[in-house]
Amino acid sequence: MLWASESPEQNMRRARHRTEWLLVIGRFAGALVLLTGLLLTVHLCRASSPADNPIPSIFDTHSTPADSIRHLSFFVLVITGLIFLVVFTLLTYVVVKFRSRATDITHEPAQVYGSTQIELAWTVIPILIVVVLFVATARVIHAIQDAPKPAAALEVTAIGHQFWWEFRYPALGIVTANELHIPVSDPAHPTPTFLKLLSADTDHSFWIPQLAGKTDLIPNRVNETWMDPRSTGIYIGQCAQYCGTQHAKMLLRVSVDSPEDFAAWTHAQKQPANQDEKEITGRRVFENTACVNCHGIGGMATTGRFGPDLTHLMSRRTIASGAAENTHDNLRLWIKNPDAIKPGSLMPAMQLGDGDLDALVRYLETLR
Amino acid sequence: MSSDAIAIRTADATSQPWLDTLHGWVTTVDHKRLGILYILFALFFLVIGGIEATVMRIQLMHPHLSFVSPQVFNRMFTMHGTTMIFFVAMPVLFGFANYFVPIMVGARDMAFPRLNAFSFWLTAFGGFLLYFSFLGGFGLYGAGNAPDVGWWAYAPLTARAFSRGHSSDYWTISLLVSGFGSIGTAINLIATILCMRCPGMKLSRMPLFAWMNLVMSGMVLIAITPLSAAQIMLLVDRYLGAHFFDTQAGGSAAIWMHFFWIFGHPEVYILIIPCFAFVSEIVPVFSRKPIFGYPVMVGATVCIAFVSMSVWAHHMFTIGMNSYANSFFAITTLAVGVPTGIKIFNWLGTMWGGKILFKTPMLFCIAFLFQFLIAGLTGVMLGVAPFDWQLSGSYFVVAHFHYVIVGGILFALFGAFYYWYPKITGRMMSESLGKLHFWLFVIGFHLTFDLMHIPGILGMPRRIYTYEPGRGWDLWNFLCTVGTFIQGIAILVFVANLIISYFKGPKAGNDPWDAWTLEWSVSSPPPHYNFATIPTVASRRPLWDRKHPEDPDSRYE
Amino acid sequence: MACLIIAESAIFTIFVVAYLFYLGKSLTGPTPREVLETPFFFTICLLSSSLTIHFAAKFLHAGKRGAFLALWIATIILGGLFLLGTGEEWYRLIYKHGLTISTNLFGTTYYSLVGLHAFHVTVGLLMLAIVLIFSIARRVGTEQSARIEVLSMYWHFVDAVWVVVFTVVYVLGR
Repeated sequence: MLWASESPEQNMRRARHRTEWLLVIGRFAGALVLLTGLLLTVHLCRASSPADNPIPSIFDTHSTPADSIRHLSFFVLVITGLIFLVVFTLLTYVVVKFRSRATDITHEPAQVYGSTQIELAWTVIPILIVVVLFVATARVIHAIQDAPKPAAALEVTAIGHQFWWEFRYPALGIVTANELHIPVSDPAHPTPTFLKLLSADTDHSFWIPQLAGKTDLIPNRVNETWMDPRSTGIYIGQCAQYCGTQHAKMLLRVSVDSPEDFAAWTHAQKQPANQDEKEITGRRVFENTACVNCHGIGGMATTGRFGPDLTHLMSRRTIASGAAENTHDNLRLWIKNPDAIKPGSLMPAMQLGDGDLDALVRYLETLR
Repeated sequence: MSSDAIAIRTADATSQPWLDTLHGWVTTVDHKRLGILYILFALFFLVIGGIEATVMRIQLMHPHLSFVSPQVFNRMFTMHGTTMIFFVAMPVLFGFANYFVPIMVGARDMAFPRLNAFSFWLTAFGGFLLYFSFLGGFGLYGAGNAPDVGWWAYAPLTARAFSRGHSSDYWTISLLVSGFGSIGTAINLIATILCMRCPGMKLSRMPLFAWMNLVMSGMVLIAITPLSAAQIMLLVDRYLGAHFFDTQAGGSAAIWMHFFWIFGHPEVYILIIPCFAFVSEIVPVFSRKPIFGYPVMVGATVCIAFVSMSVWAHHMFTIGMNSYANSFFAITTLAVGVPTGIKIFNWLGTMWGGKILFKTPMLFCIAFLFQFLIAGLTGVMLGVAPFDWQLSGSYFVVAHFHYVIVGGILFALFGAFYYWYPKITGRMMSESLGKLHFWLFVIGFHLTFDLMHIPGILGMPRRIYTYEPGRGWDLWNFLCTVGTFIQGIAILVFVANLIISYFKGPKAGNDPWDAWTLEWSVSSPPPHYNFATIPTVASRRPLWDRKHPEDPDSRYE
Repeated sequence: MACLIIAESAIFTIFVVAYLFYLGKSLTGPTPREVLETPFFFTICLLSSSLTIHFAAKFLHAGKRGAFLALWIATIILGGLFLLGTGEEWYRLIYKHGLTISTNLFGTTYYSLVGLHAFHVTVGLLMLAIVLIFSIARRVGTEQSARIEVLSMYWHFVDAVWVVVFTVVYVLGR
């Protein structure tokens, strides 16, 4: 049954009736799936998503670099779509029109070896398409990479660590971690944010799809990227270059603030750490154990920079670079056993007793 | 006396002790046996690599699953990539080349049979060394276990400081060793093709299969060696305290990327060019016409080989090269699409005006054309550097290269299996099982890899063991996983076909497909010495000339 | 052999590229200008060994075994002198100037590049020695001259690489 013995004629007939129609249908089904997917994607981008949990689609852009890329990508998609249609139509036509039929299996078809004119045509046309695509591409490359930095630009230094983000605002004297706040940029009076990208250990990549293409953070190298978001809100992304065990949870959260909100945020961030004596026990736990070796808290005699700065820990919505919401229970669990939230992260379990742990958490919760 | 290649079933063979048979296989220098060893080796690792992929897809089926730990997942994607490229794709292509290049050019064996055997065993050793790493277990927090640095092993993740233990060394040494095996085979192929062709077979009369393997071998010589050099540098870094990639001492992480991709990009052309060879042999036979534009096919392949050596940094568009460098690599990447596209048109031109027979090998080649077209177009998208700034490092890229490797390379390979299995074993594979395999695999492949483009567009990066819910990625990941299982079933059907047909398939005879190259002029399987008399050829299709003496090709070339 | 030479050239090219890329980028330690002394004598040794092996092969092809043997031994001696010279230079660099492979980027790239070349010289010398043994055992005659040619090609390659390494390290690098 697996090798039903059949004459060549039966073979041809069977082939004609079933296989090539299946092929044609199959090809159309495949193209349909692709098309559906593409349409769904576009729809998804247009669909409204919750304001504070957006879908980070590269087609839902809110900033000039991302816009330029989007426009270029539509141009490219149209061209490649046309090429696909042409070749796909040819393939389908060939498969249907030139299938062998049962009636004429004895003669071989005309043995054609080539045709210079046709081959020339299908060489020249692709070259022209390449030239067009290249010109469009080069313009956008220069527009984005060689964009001049206006005087009103905000400068931020992002330093990638395994597995968290350090953000410094040199002009403002702010150090924070994991959640970036930048001002919205009015197209009439642009206030873009220019990020200098560094790495403390391995390769990382800064990617907020709705705001810009990604740029890598490479140790011993300074990279730059910029964005000028025109609408306030939360934009999400994550590290896009494999950097080790917890690459998956090196999440990014960018809050684009109105000028007033941004001023308020920077004002709060510039304050030294809360020196409220109410939680002195917890503070002593922090100072006397190894916490100070990694974590800095403004106004305290710490030199720790291996871990995130905790001066305004409670101003952040998440902890562990987005791996968990910043709640009391999560904070406690994170300090008690980081592997429960982010197995393989470089924060060691501090083996604190319950009393010390609770005091410490209460202290950290004063760091607004 | 029946050939000792496979036929153990003939009635008059004295039953050999199995130890002798095994010894014969282990010590063989016969290119046909080595070809089969390469292919079996690759099939074995194909299944293992597939299991690794399935483990990953199950973990990613829903957000925040704990099917495997992050450490295990990271090992899975590293091993999956490394295995599939170096211990499945390279060996299986070398296997087919080993088996058929000498016969197609009318030779009795390869130029250096012992080097041939040595190269195979180097590759085999590399494979087993890599998998030996799994025995590292949980010692040293698993740092002695399988490598988990990704198959590109970017510095400085592979430095002693970030990769304690020997996992990175397993990656480095196993690939270094098997790389030397690949170079040995390439030297063999070049020498055989250039020096051992039969009388009358000018270079312009060689089958395209031989041409493409010649070009591929040339590329192996200058593409694999940069990786070997970089791996030596890495070993020196890790063991002698050197600073090639030590960023703390002023070394450069980017230079590893350059060296790796100077290897890595030509490598993927090394993988696809032999598949062009398969398609260029199968499509003409099942369209009943010669290949359209033979000289241009050769020229385009050589052109691809040269241009592909200049595109490597399109894997590095996001690392912050200046705009001129990015523009340069964008245009070379777009340019390499031209000769590649030309080939698709030539295959279509071959089918045009023909009488297409929809046997299993041809089905896989038609699917190849469709899928390779799409893969090439998503490649063009990625070559447009700003678009790549969004799509690089995301699931769009993963979808693109699986489209090329599975949709292109693997489909062409399946076609090659169905086409040449009768020649290698003397039996026909089952057409019904073949068609079942084909349709199942097409459905599974498209379900997984068509939809996989979407999470990339929606911002999902690659190499993550889990992802956050609510980003629009959940449904697509789930469907991709479903497709994986369908592909797995298809592979099982294929393996079943391979095994059942070996025992029960009808005898194939010399020339079951009515084809035109020299391998179809000898018995199936070929005798140990390939040809009783070395043939003389007068055209590109010597068997066409024999079957159609009234209208031979030699009149037109 | 031609194919092998192509492949090996690619490996050496990568090491040369790394050397050139890292010129001037060392953060500490001795610089090339401070510590390198141009090895004129040993370079001449190696380059003349190419001449001797060329003529040795020619004499063998013409059947003059005696001349072949003499020139073959000369080649080995010259090659050995080169290795000796490299060893001396390394001894001086390590003990007098404190430059090792892990000292700085210059040390890393220098020892890797020169070391890779010296490794190839060593392998070449081993092959030459094997031929010498066979030759003394009277097993090398005109019939083997094709194989001697192949080995001679390898030796010329090693020489050519040294010309490049010499230029890059001792001329350009300072």
